[in-house]
Amino acid sequence: MNLKSIIGGVAVGIIAVAQISCKPNNKGGASGSSELAGDAAQKVYVAPGTHDEFYNIVSGGFNGQISIIGLPSGRTLRIIPVFAQSPENGYGFSEETKPMLNTSHGFVPWDDSHHIALSTTNSIHDGRWAFINGNNTPRIARISLKTFRTEEIIELPNSGGNHSSPFITANTEYAVAGTRFSVPPDDKADVPISSFKKNFKGYISFVSIDKNTGRMGIKFQLKTPGVSFDLARAGKGKSADWFFFSTYNTEQANSLLEVNASQKDKDFILAVNWKKAEQYLAQGKGKKEAAKYAHNVYSDKVHSATSTIMTEVMTLDPKECPDMLYFIPCPKSPHGCDVDPTGQYIVGSGKLAAVIPVFSFDKMQKAIAAKTFDGNFDGIPVLKYDAVLHGEVQKPGLGPLHTEFDGKGNAITSFFVSSELVRWNIEKLEVIDRVPTYYSVGHLSIPGGPTAKPWGKYVVAYNKITKDRYLPTGPELAQSAQLYDISGDKMKLLLDFPTTGEPHYAESIPASLIEKNSTKIFKIEENAHPYAAKGEKEAKVVRKGNEVHVYMTAIRSHFTPDNIEGIKMGDVVYFHVTNLEQDWDVPHGFAIRGALNAELLIMPGETQTLKWIPTKVGVTPMYCTDFCSALHQEMQGYVRVSPAGSNVPLTWGTGKNPVAEAEQKVAKK
Amino acid sequence: MKPLSKISQVLIALGALGLIATYFTPLWRIDLWAPQYPEGLSMQIWLNKLSGQVDIINGLNHYIGMAHIKEDMFPEFKILPYCVGFYIVAGLVTAISKSKKMLLSFFILVVLGGVLALYDYWKWGYAYGHNLSPDAAIKVPGMSYQPPMLGYKELLNFGAYSIPDIGGWFFILLGLICVGTTVYEFKYNR
Repeated sequence: MNLKSIIGGVAVGIIAVAQISCKPNNKGGASGSSELAGDAAQKVYVAPGTHDEFYNIVSGGFNGQISIIGLPSGRTLRIIPVFAQSPENGYGFSEETKPMLNTSHGFVPWDDSHHIALSTTNSIHDGRWAFINGNNTPRIARISLKTFRTEEIIELPNSGGNHSSPFITANTEYAVAGTRFSVPPDDKADVPISSFKKNFKGYISFVSIDKNTGRMGIKFQLKTPGVSFDLARAGKGKSADWFFFSTYNTEQANSLLEVNASQKDKDFILAVNWKKAEQYLAQGKGKKEAAKYAHNVYSDKVHSATSTIMTEVMTLDPKECPDMLYFIPCPKSPHGCDVDPTGQYIVGSGKLAAVIPVFSFDKMQKAIAAKTFDGNFDGIPVLKYDAVLHGEVQKPGLGPLHTEFDGKGNAITSFFVSSELVRWNIEKLEVIDRVPTYYSVGHLSIPGGPTAKPWGKYVVAYNKITKDRYLPTGPELAQSAQLYDISGDKMKLLLDFPTTGEPHYAESIPASLIEKNSTKIFKIEENAHPYAAKGEKEAKVVRKGNEVHVYMTAIRSHFTPDNIEGIKMGDVVYFHVTNLEQDWDVPHGFAIRGALNAELLIMPGETQTLKWIPTKVGVTPMYCTDFCSALHQEMQGYVRVSPAGSNVPLTWGTGKNPVAEAEQKVAKK
Repeated sequence: MKPLSKISQVLIALGALGLIATYFTPLWRIDLWAPQYPEGLSMQIWLNKLSGQVDIINGLNHYIGMAHIKEDMFPEFKILPYCVGFYIVAGLVTAISKSKKMLLSFFILVVLGGVLALYDYWKWGYAYGHNLSPDAAIKVPGMSYQPPMLGYKELLNFGAYSIPDIGGWFFILLGLICVGTTVYEFKYNR
């Protein structure tokens, strides 16, 4: 060993030691970190038996569902199946709910659902409905905030990737659906992919919402130039007639978008004057085009859904409708496009931009009046950036995605790359505060944050990366969310809680706006299901050819009938189970051995149907799956299945209820 | 004998007229509470009907084999409205007559009526509480399920309260008026 190698070895050693000792020890956790509120436990503690202050209504991402979470506790209260089948309660499996998942492609029992929109009146939460988008097979669903169930799903034709959706106008007149993929029109879609610029259009659907029933319908579609629509927000107050959509791929690339759609310095925010669109429609400028899409509606009266395939859609061509659309240049592939509570400021969040541009609605109106244009894009005027800009927030962070508002003149923006929330003053465009998230926040949500009246108090960060936040559960992890207190000058971390699926956007609404309206039971006398048995006397079994209809009742703790014979191989058996209970929180389940679909969970007063095709000769057990009562385990019965062609007669029954004889004794008195 | 004083007349008339309220309000209520019913269950008894969560209570009672509580089991519902009508008329006649004899008769009638009503209520409670089906799912040796006459009683997992409802208080008020005026008239207004 010579001197040189000894020196070399020492040098390596020193470097190694230096590296170990200098390795940043950024645990980021709660322990001792300055962002954690000292009284965090007290602030999120919801004492046993008391209720959370807010309902947090959270998209489920790739699970196609919605999570209902209580804030500030972070407790999950319920999962509502929307676009996804749920074997837990039979949604999408029962005969009544199967039509909800029908589309022009057939039965699509899953989706990727990203954004929640809660209904508003004058841009303020009114607690009637929640809307959510199906990103993959373009759909919008409406969920009742009385029953917390999916009531309606409408499919969107001429669309691919319903991402820019289902944001709503001030009085819930419309939910919008901007297509993420520009596509050729559905009825002329067999074109070369390379003909993108010529044949592809960026369709934006305006789905009208009936103000009383909530019933949806596609009022019109705008055939805008072929770009990708990302997110959107309606104006408020003075800008309420307008809708703003962020775009990317204004390069109009159809391959390797990662590079090819990131070439331009600026993409656009599309400003749509939807009132003007309505005027053009009234003037007869609309054109009906052939299209195929499903419209599915659930009724709480017949406890069943219907699916209707629609065959045409009204379209508006911007070329024939001047002064309806304007492009606002926005730096580098804007993602979020958020309107402040006053309706004056529009915040664009360029995913790849170093600044956050804030646009002024007043300046936009002036620029339109003075025609301060910077040319046009496919015939649509492009407004001059400087003419509509209120200003830019300098050095806010890396990778801005979404912005919500605290109602005190500030905005909070999420930063994916620098993994933080940043609070800044809208008027002054100055950063006030920043706080880390764990890890890589996507959407954020302030109660009422997108409305004209933010309820404030908290902000939740919905993160894309979880890693070490909770006990490890193998390679698949829950998603992580953090709750921060924003009532003071500094944002303070309060709680870290896991979420189901992969939440994208969420909204929170004061419990007081919803709690009192919550449905407890369905009234049995209002049950108009054609196969309901509204009392044990109406229970029966009816054969129609090889179809057997069982009109079955469930009440603590027995089914009527609970013994059925005379079913034959080759029969198709429909168990129409009516829950006769009229008491809160007494559901009954229904399950039969070897069922190839699912079980049922039937709420009080409701009728649900399980289709069962026997696969084996013999006696098949069936039972209640919901622990309904002390004698739940006894709530069971048998179905006898005989070979095809056997002559076992169709019989059914249930043992006699002992109460009748007690009644006679009492009556004798 | 002096006739009834003005104040007694007015009180008796008002007390009798107060019974009109019993046609529009429940007389009695039974409130039940159990660990899994934190919101409680209740049943109201009117002159001519039952109201409240009777079906739910029946559903729960079937476990102990108790007969269903049904309006058509109680002939009282057909008679009671007339009985109360009679009391109203009798009260008014007493007040107008100014007769102490009438007052005494009315007093006795009211007391008798009250005792009879409570006895009837007790008897029904006894019949329901004791005539249980031998095939009931839940049988507790020695246990009967008669609701309390008045006040609180524990019945398995349920706590039962039996108390007058609004209409019942009008009866009690009339009773008190009768006692008060009778004592006053016979002792101080001789």
